[in-house]
Amino acid sequence: MKIPIIYNIRSLIQRPATTLATALGIAFVVLTFIGMLALANGFRAALVSTGRDDNVLVLRKGADTEISSGISREHAAILRSFEEIARLPDGRPMVSSDVYVVVAKPRVNGSETHMPVRGVSPEATAVRDRIRIIEGRMFEPGRPEVIVGKGFVGRMRDTNIGDKLRFGQQDFTVVGHFDADGSAFESEVWGDNETLMNVFRGPVYQSMVLRLADPGAFDRLKARVEGDPRLQVDVERESTFYAEQSALLTNVLRFIAIFVTAIMAFGAVFGAINTMDAMVAARGREIALLRTLGFRRRSIMASFLAEALLVALVGGLIGCLLSLPINGIQTSTTNWQSFGEVTFAFRVTPASLVAGIVFALVMGLIGGLMPAWRAARATVAVGLRRG
Amino acid sequence: MTRTTLVLANLKRRLRRTILTVLGLATAIFLFVALRTFLHTLQTVGDVGSESRLITSAKLGIVFPLPMAYRTRIESQPGVHTVSYASWFGGVYQDPSNFFANFAVDAESYLALYPEIVLPEDQKQAWMADRTGAIIGRRLAERFGWQIGQTVTLTGTIYPGDHTFNIRGIYHAGKKGFDEISLLFHHRYLDEIARANGMEGLVGWYVMGVSDAEAAPAIAQAIDQAYENSATPTRTQTEQAFNLAFVGMYGNIGFFLNAIGLAVVFAILMVTANTMAMSARERFSDIAVLKTLGFTDGDVMRIVLSEALVVATLGFVLGLGGAFLVFNLADFDMGGFVPGLSVTPSIVAIAAGIALLIAVASGAVPAWQSSKLKVVEALRYVA
Repeated sequence: MKIPIIYNIRSLIQRPATTLATALGIAFVVLTFIGMLALANGFRAALVSTGRDDNVLVLRKGADTEISSGISREHAAILRSFEEIARLPDGRPMVSSDVYVVVAKPRVNGSETHMPVRGVSPEATAVRDRIRIIEGRMFEPGRPEVIVGKGFVGRMRDTNIGDKLRFGQQDFTVVGHFDADGSAFESEVWGDNETLMNVFRGPVYQSMVLRLADPGAFDRLKARVEGDPRLQVDVERESTFYAEQSALLTNVLRFIAIFVTAIMAFGAVFGAINTMDAMVAARGREIALLRTLGFRRRSIMASFLAEALLVALVGGLIGCLLSLPINGIQTSTTNWQSFGEVTFAFRVTPASLVAGIVFALVMGLIGGLMPAWRAARATVAVGLRRG
Repeated sequence: MTRTTLVLANLKRRLRRTILTVLGLATAIFLFVALRTFLHTLQTVGDVGSESRLITSAKLGIVFPLPMAYRTRIESQPGVHTVSYASWFGGVYQDPSNFFANFAVDAESYLALYPEIVLPEDQKQAWMADRTGAIIGRRLAERFGWQIGQTVTLTGTIYPGDHTFNIRGIYHAGKKGFDEISLLFHHRYLDEIARANGMEGLVGWYVMGVSDAEAAPAIAQAIDQAYENSATPTRTQTEQAFNLAFVGMYGNIGFFLNAIGLAVVFAILMVTANTMAMSARERFSDIAVLKTLGFTDGDVMRIVLSEALVVATLGFVLGLGGAFLVFNLADFDMGGFVPGLSVTPSIVAIAAGIALLIAVASGAVPAWQSSKLKVVEALRYVA
């Protein structure tokens, strides 16, 4: 016969301080776990959401980032002519030939980082169609004007509308702010490619992005471009490229998350074992009584295990609740792969909440196993005589 | 029976619990020390940089190159005794996940400016004599098992194609924390590669040694002023400041790690305090017996507090010992990511403070309760 769970609940309520302390110990481990995953997830999500499957990114052969790449005007002209590329209603190919650099600029707090600056073709907002001006207006080609991604507004200096950003020997006026659905483009400054080219590295583009007319034509285009003896370039889906750009830092963050929480979990499990142990020790007479009433050993074991899991579940739920306010907090760091500053928001995902609860239950299970077993093995006579 | 024996006997009576509590505390101390050490090392990476070396890079940012022609002007700057230059190569060994720093330097002047690079004389000669030769740091050699005399092929990310280097020497750091995980090769070999790609005449950054560190700011200003209105303005700063700028690029990641450290300490504090309080409550009848035997309230209080102190001390020693083992003895460097991690006295002091806090916080309440305990009640008390 099973011991009703209400017995465990009552017994936990009987010892509120002990129950709460153990549960909070587990809660903090879960909170740390979810918080660190939220950091890694937020960063990854910002980059992964940046690329489209039907956009194709072109870099110089061997280049693994835009800053180390270079594409000459001649190559750019050849690339524009491929028939796999989608066209605008007026017939222009949906292509943006980008100038991309990272420029040393201060954050609002004075620490320095590298601000990505992208010079784009007039077709750029059609190719990367999630760019929306939320304040001010679009820059005008040929003029020293830029628009700033909303991730930088309030985080980097001189990013308000009307401010001047100095690149090299020229000032650029900020004329607008844009939104890009939380993607990494929000951590960029955009301007006209021909104007920015003169300021930065001279007559060379760093990357090109092409929209495929038929998303299924990627392999054909890749084969044609990479097989073209006139071109020395690598072709990748834009989505793949941005996923790769996030790999290094995401892995580092995930490693730290797992490393730190694994060690922390040990501490919490030691605590849980102690608490359950003490509970079993303190309830020697109760256990003996239960046995006298006819409950089987395995019912008692199950009951104490359930109690440990119950404490862990409470802890897990508290940890999840505490982690919710973390969601959406903005932070920024340098993505060492692109060398540019990336602003992103912590993302507490449903999956990480579930993982947190499971993690808590595992801690409860490990913590409760030995004490529950000991409780089940207690001899009735000894238990009744004690305490 | 002395108090000490009583304390020890009590701890031994519930040995499993004592061990678990000590281990719980030890993990907290270990994790706290590990996080602090990691952050401390990141924040003090500037100390590794010298104040008597200046670095000139493009004002627009380190990814922009400078003209090779600047060298002559910088060399003629009064107060500068040696000028060297270097360029980031960005080669990939087999797979991007094998990342390590590889760059081209003007070998003779670079070694003169960096006495921290300790290289046996015969290896240095061998490197100088080999156009495609390279030297590598000790940690890098260990990481890939590279030996002197073998060749290493890197795939260019900035300079297309495969480029092969002969390992001519393995250097050690002459100063703790100095980088030992780079590959350095001749800048003139890079110039050849660059010329083939139409990118010649450029260098990544200049390093110069100044005779008088006091004069460094004035020298830096003079150099930057000379190029202020050129097509490529410069920024000159001490190596310390240059290194610290890299640390700043991490943003407030440090803040989050600190917050985690606090969460860890808090969680363990709670669990430990609870366990200790529980242990004390269970023994109220024992304590009543002690009092009957003539122990004073003060004696009882001291015994309970001492137990907490012994547990905290053991946990502290174990956790700290573990951290020392990992960082100071095993030379753990996070895969070359952050070399020179070591536990500093100030971190030890803070950890000791936390251990003491945990001991007092978890021992105080039960100790006070025990001392105030009425014998009659306690003998009746059922845990």
